[in-house]
Amino acid sequence: MAYSDKVIDHYSNPKNVGTLDKSKANVGTGLVGAPECGDVMRLQIEVDEESGLISDAKFKTFGCGSAIASSSLATEWLKGKTVDQALSIDNMDIVEELNLPPVKIHCSVLAEDAIKAAINDYRVKNGLPELVAEKKAH
Amino acid sequence: MELKLPVYLDNNATTPMDPRVLEAMLPYFTEKFGNAASRNHSFGWVAEEAVDYAREQVAKLINADPKEIIFTSGATEADNLAIKGVYEMYASKGNHVITATTEHKAVLDTCKHIEKTGGQVTYLNVKEDGLIDLEELEKAITPKTILIAIMYGNNETGVVQPIREISKIARRHGVLFFTDATQAVGKIPVDVNADGIDLLAFSGHKMYGPKGVGALYVRRKNPRVKVTSQMDGGGHERGMRSGTLNVPAIVGFGKACELCMNEMESEAARLSKMRDRLENSLMELEETYVNGSTEHRLPHVSNISFKYVEGEGLMMGFNKNIALSSGSACTSASLEPSYVLKALGLGDDLAHSSLRFGLGRFTTDDQIDFTIDAIKSTVTKLREMSPLWEMFKEGVDINAIEWAHH
Ligand SMILES: Cc1ncc(COP(=O)(O)O)c(C=O)c1O
Ligand code: FES
Repeated sequence: MAYSDKVIDHYSNPKNVGTLDKSKANVGTGLVGAPECGDVMRLQIEVDEESGLISDAKFKTFGCGSAIASSSLATEWLKGKTVDQALSIDNMDIVEELNLPPVKIHCSVLAEDAIKAAINDYRVKNGLPELVAEKKAH
Repeated sequence: MELKLPVYLDNNATTPMDPRVLEAMLPYFTEKFGNAASRNHSFGWVAEEAVDYAREQVAKLINADPKEIIFTSGATEADNLAIKGVYEMYASKGNHVITATTEHKAVLDTCKHIEKTGGQVTYLNVKEDGLIDLEELEKAITPKTILIAIMYGNNETGVVQPIREISKIARRHGVLFFTDATQAVGKIPVDVNADGIDLLAFSGHKMYGPKGVGALYVRRKNPRVKVTSQMDGGGHERGMRSGTLNVPAIVGFGKACELCMNEMESEAARLSKMRDRLENSLMELEETYVNGSTEHRLPHVSNISFKYVEGEGLMMGFNKNIALSSGSACTSASLEPSYVLKALGLGDDLAHSSLRFGLGRFTTDDQIDFTIDAIKSTVTKLREMSPLWEMFKEGVDINAIEWAHH
């Protein structure tokens, strides 16, 4: 199966690979997937306390090219959004943007899960209730 | 010589055809197009003669008699014919078959089929090195056992089973021994007599011959083995496999066998040297593991897991230039990583991280150098991107984390 140019581009030049200090109160960390399933994604957001905007986002991913591309794209989209706006990122937006074939949809679901997990981590750290996300099929 | 790209290292999946094979085949598509079963004119005679000659070439490679060769459409058909054919032919003797969990699907699914029709099958586990346990094999034999089906060399790991020991056990208990030797024939010496093999399957396209042709060897003496035909019709191949013979493909298969016969020794020496160089260089990377026995192994195969990177993601780093395959589930339609690697006791994570290298007749030293560089740099790059690698480096116990399995 051939990859789309956008997947290849994110894979070859991934944006925002790295690690944020997870002990900071304004950093939210989401770790999703499982090594046994062949995919683990860690996505982190840093929120600017004054503006409420996501000032930085980083990822590290163990997975296929589409999983790497999905998380790279997700970090790009997160930056500059408010936490609430970030919640509205849907995996199908990622599928569309990257032209993922049906067998790779679960890689985008993983990215959405990682965003939600990072936001929840941030919320809990800051005394807000955890959000219960609808479960998407992997 | 200039580096030839892309590099093809998936020779266990299929091999390119040797140009000398193509040359031998060509006349049989056009001017020598006869049906080998046409007994009453020269077109038929020419075709029949070509088939007879190919049958000799094929038989010679495994030290068989030409009368013991049944041409088929490939190893899948030969596997089916051997297992179903013995199962039906020897039904009055018993209904039990012994095989192993690391067999090719053509054997495993055929065994599943006979289970559905009332047969009993024992699937032997393999040890960590991929070899079956001979004591377990012997213990699994019952008075109802009619067939032991254990492959020669494994298609994913290259692990070579102790064929002579297996055949001795089979003989001792009066059980027939069938081996799927698709990956071994033409690569290492296979001798049906010295090895004590009763039935053996192999295929043209794994040994520089054409696709869609293969053979089943069926022993005619000590003991005389018979199989029930699975394809009824004109009674070709002594009634065991009907259907007009694919003359050009059979001619090519014969030529491919002859070339392997002549060149196997030097080719194996050349390829094992290259394979070892590849393997040793890649093993310089941390947390890298060879899967399966390195002692009992085909000379051109290596299966390696690069821990903390995922196989499909890894291949994407170089698959424009290098063709190989992975045990990762992400590369296949199924959700499970390689069942062969899992049978060796590998965790799913290591199975996901595996690459299979299958070198071949046309692999060059330059291509191996290129491959070493490309894989090393991609593994390093992806590990920088891998959360698991970071955890490993920080001493976090990855197994202690509660992962959310899908
Ligand atoms: C061990 C083994 N058996 C059987 C087969 C099937 O061979 P064929 O493609 O000739 O049907 C293969 C090839 O994939 C193989 O590696
Ligand atoms: S991570 Fe397995 S298919 Fe994407």
